[in-house]
Amino acid sequence: MIEVENVHFRYPNGVEALKGVSLVIKNGEFVAIMGQNGAGKTTLVKHFNGLLKPSEGVVRVNGVETTKTSVAALSRNAGFVFQNPDHQLFSETVEEEISFALKNFGFEAETIEKRITWALNLLGLAQYRKTSPFLLSGGERKRVALASVLAWNPETLILDEPTIGQDYQQKEKLRQFIVQMQTQGKTVVIVTHDVEFVAECNPRVLLMKEGAVVADGEGREILTDPEVLVQSSIVLPQIAQIFLKLAPLGLPKNVIDVYEAKEIVLKALEKRRK
Amino acid sequence: MSVFDGLKFRRVYSPIHNLDPRIKFVYVCAVFVVAIIFSEILPLIALFLMPIPFVLLAGVQKEWLRSLRGAAFLAGFIFIVNIASNFFTSGYVLTAGAVETSAAMTLRFVVLVESFSVFFLTTSPDHLGLALEQTRVPYEFAFAFTTAVRFVPVLAEEAQTIMDAQKARGLELEKGGFLKRIRNYVPVLIPLIVSAIRRSLELAEAMESRAWGATKKRTNLYALKLHRGDFALLAITIGVLVVAIYVRLYVPVPAISQFL
Repeated sequence: MIEVENVHFRYPNGVEALKGVSLVIKNGEFVAIMGQNGAGKTTLVKHFNGLLKPSEGVVRVNGVETTKTSVAALSRNAGFVFQNPDHQLFSETVEEEISFALKNFGFEAETIEKRITWALNLLGLAQYRKTSPFLLSGGERKRVALASVLAWNPETLILDEPTIGQDYQQKEKLRQFIVQMQTQGKTVVIVTHDVEFVAECNPRVLLMKEGAVVADGEGREILTDPEVLVQSSIVLPQIAQIFLKLAPLGLPKNVIDVYEAKEIVLKALEKRRK
Repeated sequence: MSVFDGLKFRRVYSPIHNLDPRIKFVYVCAVFVVAIIFSEILPLIALFLMPIPFVLLAGVQKEWLRSLRGAAFLAGFIFIVNIASNFFTSGYVLTAGAVETSAAMTLRFVVLVESFSVFFLTTSPDHLGLALEQTRVPYEFAFAFTTAVRFVPVLAEEAQTIMDAQKARGLELEKGGFLKRIRNYVPVLIPLIVSAIRRSLELAEAMESRAWGATKKRTNLYALKLHRGDFALLAITIGVLVVAIYVRLYVPVPAISQFL
């Protein structure tokens, strides 16, 4: 459980990136944090594993205040995958890259072996075990970075812009992977601009603007509300746009899922035929 | 990364920012030379105090102090090495003179850092490039130099991100003995170097697609001209040099420890 109470954060250069954010993320929740560039999304999630400490207010992870413990201790429970994999890859082989965190956390050699195999299989990287991460493609490097965090099996997974530079198929795999994490009771927090991806996942959406949370609720409610979205310069997902235009025909407005949309449209068509 | 903060240029206007970078550079070099020709503490203290009015005029006190704080560790290291080498070579006695010489050596380093800090804090990379070009440095070199300077803050920011990413994977930079601590930085340095190389290749391609080197003679949007303030600084610089050389040649500089 992550509790954020009236958190303000100022960077050393004086920029106030968070202006009084309060929220609770329960265990097992799937949350997408959205908003413009510079809205404070990444700053907020960096508080979840203690990389940043609030200038004012309190952040508690599983009841422990982040100011009273180390990043390493917090990271054990909250795995943070950074946006750019090139900011963390440094080893000669993918295998060593994944073992880095496991060694830092003091896992036994045998366990490390098992965990590496497990993480590689999970992300379809098994054939690259002995390859240099620098020789992989962008999408593959991104998955190596993800595997290197998943390997220690953290309770909470924080993904900063996970869909950037991924083709549609990879995005779909990522979505299935997040669903899988969910069924294992893991908390997943993603920071993203990708409305279509969020629409397909339908998580809880936190909309940020200028360092504050301006909307918090179910994805299907927030992503179909043009008035809320316009404040954060987010465009409605395509399905929501269609249904907004179709609303005068008596169709519901808050639809973002492709399959749900299909059902509704089919039903409406059948009605007409009769 | 506080050392880099002391080199980061911010666009503000002050009499110091408006000075011609060429003259400022000559001034910094003069300070450099004077710091090298004196190894006594008194002139070095004078040199240490000299940039302070410039810093105040330019209004960059905060950044300047930060760069000094960043240099403090290395300064301490220089002091200790000097003291220690003196201690072991002079038959295991610690004299006031030895302490003074070590302090002077340290101060020499601090003087170099502080004057360069003032220079970079008050000179925009664009001006620097112009200055180099107008002093007939081949454009390739001038460009390489300005790009290097301009990318320092970018690299510093990137280093911070990389440190965060590795900390999130359980890396504890401050853990362990001296050697272990140095090794802790490997996971930070490798991504930093790799990304710097990658960035430079990308930059080269981007520049070539914008007709880099298409003509021998480039034109410039701005040209540097000397103003009254520049001549004043030039006069100060020459004055400092003349006085320093005169003192060096004809006036014996006393050490503080002689008075004790």
